[in-house]
Amino acid sequence: MTSLALRRPSALNLMLVAGGLLALIIVALLVLGTLALRYEPNVLDYAQILTGPSADHLLGTDALGRDLLARIIYGGYNSLFIGACVMVTTAVVGTMIGLVAGTTPRLDGLLMRLMDVLMGFPALLLALAILAALGNTAVNVVLALSLVYTPRTARIVRGDALVLSQLPYVEAAKSIGASRWRILFVHILPGIVPALVVQETFLFAYAILGEAGLSFVGLGLQPPNPSWGNILGEARASFQQAWWLVVFPGFALAFTVLALNLIGDGLGQAIDPKRRNL
Amino acid sequence: MLNLILRRLVLFIPMWVGVSVLSFVIVHATPGDPAAAFVGQDAGPASLDAARARLGLDLPYWHQLYNWVAGSLTGDLGQSFFLGRSVIEAIVERLPVTLSLGALSLLIAMAVGIPLGAIAALSPNSWKDATSIGVSLTFLSIPEFVVGMLLIYLLGVELRWFPIGRYVPLSEGFLPWLHHLALPALALGLSQSALLARMTRASLLQVLRADYIRTARAKGLPERIVIGRHAFKNALITIVTVIGLSMALLLSGAFITEALFQLPGIGSLGVNSVLRRDYPVIQGLLLIASSFILVVNLLVDILYGLLNPSVSKR
Repeated sequence: MTSLALRRPSALNLMLVAGGLLALIIVALLVLGTLALRYEPNVLDYAQILTGPSADHLLGTDALGRDLLARIIYGGYNSLFIGACVMVTTAVVGTMIGLVAGTTPRLDGLLMRLMDVLMGFPALLLALAILAALGNTAVNVVLALSLVYTPRTARIVRGDALVLSQLPYVEAAKSIGASRWRILFVHILPGIVPALVVQETFLFAYAILGEAGLSFVGLGLQPPNPSWGNILGEARASFQQAWWLVVFPGFALAFTVLALNLIGDGLGQAIDPKRRNL
Repeated sequence: MLNLILRRLVLFIPMWVGVSVLSFVIVHATPGDPAAAFVGQDAGPASLDAARARLGLDLPYWHQLYNWVAGSLTGDLGQSFFLGRSVIEAIVERLPVTLSLGALSLLIAMAVGIPLGAIAALSPNSWKDATSIGVSLTFLSIPEFVVGMLLIYLLGVELRWFPIGRYVPLSEGFLPWLHHLALPALALGLSQSALLARMTRASLLQVLRADYIRTARAKGLPERIVIGRHAFKNALITIVTVIGLSMALLLSGAFITEALFQLPGIGSLGVNSVLRRDYPVIQGLLLIASSFILVVNLLVDILYGLLNPSVSKR
């Protein structure tokens, strides 16, 4: 049964390949677009307010006459960069907390209840409140989203660490006198990496969506510095006469998140064949 | 069963205190002086001191924290800086809007998500399955505010089927209420349906592989009964849990959806309070929203026990 399932060209490859291709296309478009740009993202041109897509402005202009293509490309760098920062922060902090909780029964209860409390808030509201308290700068956006999303990583790492630390090879390492840190980083961490990679792929997508939501309501990255979220947020006043202000940045955002979701699904199934049909 | 409920309740109380304390700590992490936000930029030191005394900000940190937790137990969440009323009043008067939006969105999410997932699970690896996965991945990837803006543009501006930017309370009639709420609820509901579809598919597929399904088929039960009575009922246990857990997601989505559609609910109250640094309201909203999620999780746990007797016996 298993060998048959492995030989059959399964949906897993399709999802991974589709997601990977989509991600490559997005990156290629960003890079090629940057090279070919004819306008600066923040230059106002009051003679060209809300013009539709044309040969001059491929994706049209916004309410201040700025080139939408340039704003989407620079906004893309900002959105992806903030998303990547959140992903790396949650991966590092979440793994630390999860590893400690999963292997130290004394701290397990305390750490996990703390994670439960953090997860008891609606993610966006918690991030908004943190930004209200600390002030809305790009660094604080990363900080707020990282705090909101760390518990998810910590929970998954803790679960895996708990299972792995009971396995005979870890017992064996302990019995020959391996140090606590050696067991954590040499014997347990590698076993967690596959699940972590899947989780962080989805988290990258969440973080991009989270930043977009915060910036959309005006509390994330501050204009004129563009991000996909605040391009859409600024469009709220004028999109009823200008569909391109929603469609292009919205699609950039959606296709990026779709690519990450596809990669995450594909990787998840590749790692755990039992999930192939789930 | 009673045992299960009691155990959950005992866990609930420290969680609630934790959430209450964290709400206070986050809002009071402000580097600036909340009293300055209250009296305005060009106030003299005397009025600043007076404001501090009135808001209780001159008390020691621990005393303030104690006052907050004790007050919140009796429903006293303090006074808004800007609305001229208590935080709890401001939240309660906006609650019906958010509850309306949430309920209608949830209904749409269930009506779309559960059949979408079930169709996929009943014919795995077919074109139906692929289409269902594609549709749910799409809804999962487009944020609710982009769906909302597209709906406003197509159905509100171009076709003029739905009014935009107004809320009509249920007391003015069901149809006007539905008509004004349809677009925001659709935007939020379609986004939520994706998760539900994926979970329905996964849980139904898992149930369909179980031995008792093979037994039911082997003894010649019609497929309708195998699926409806044996498979779906058991898959429902997971689905109910997912619906409960997605409340937090729904609430987050409601904040953005309300801001986009200018609905006067607690979501837009939250966004506006953050924009004008109305700290007591932010703090109160954090507590109310997380209490709501805690209560829903508690109910889900209990319901889970009712649906799955093996859990409550453990």
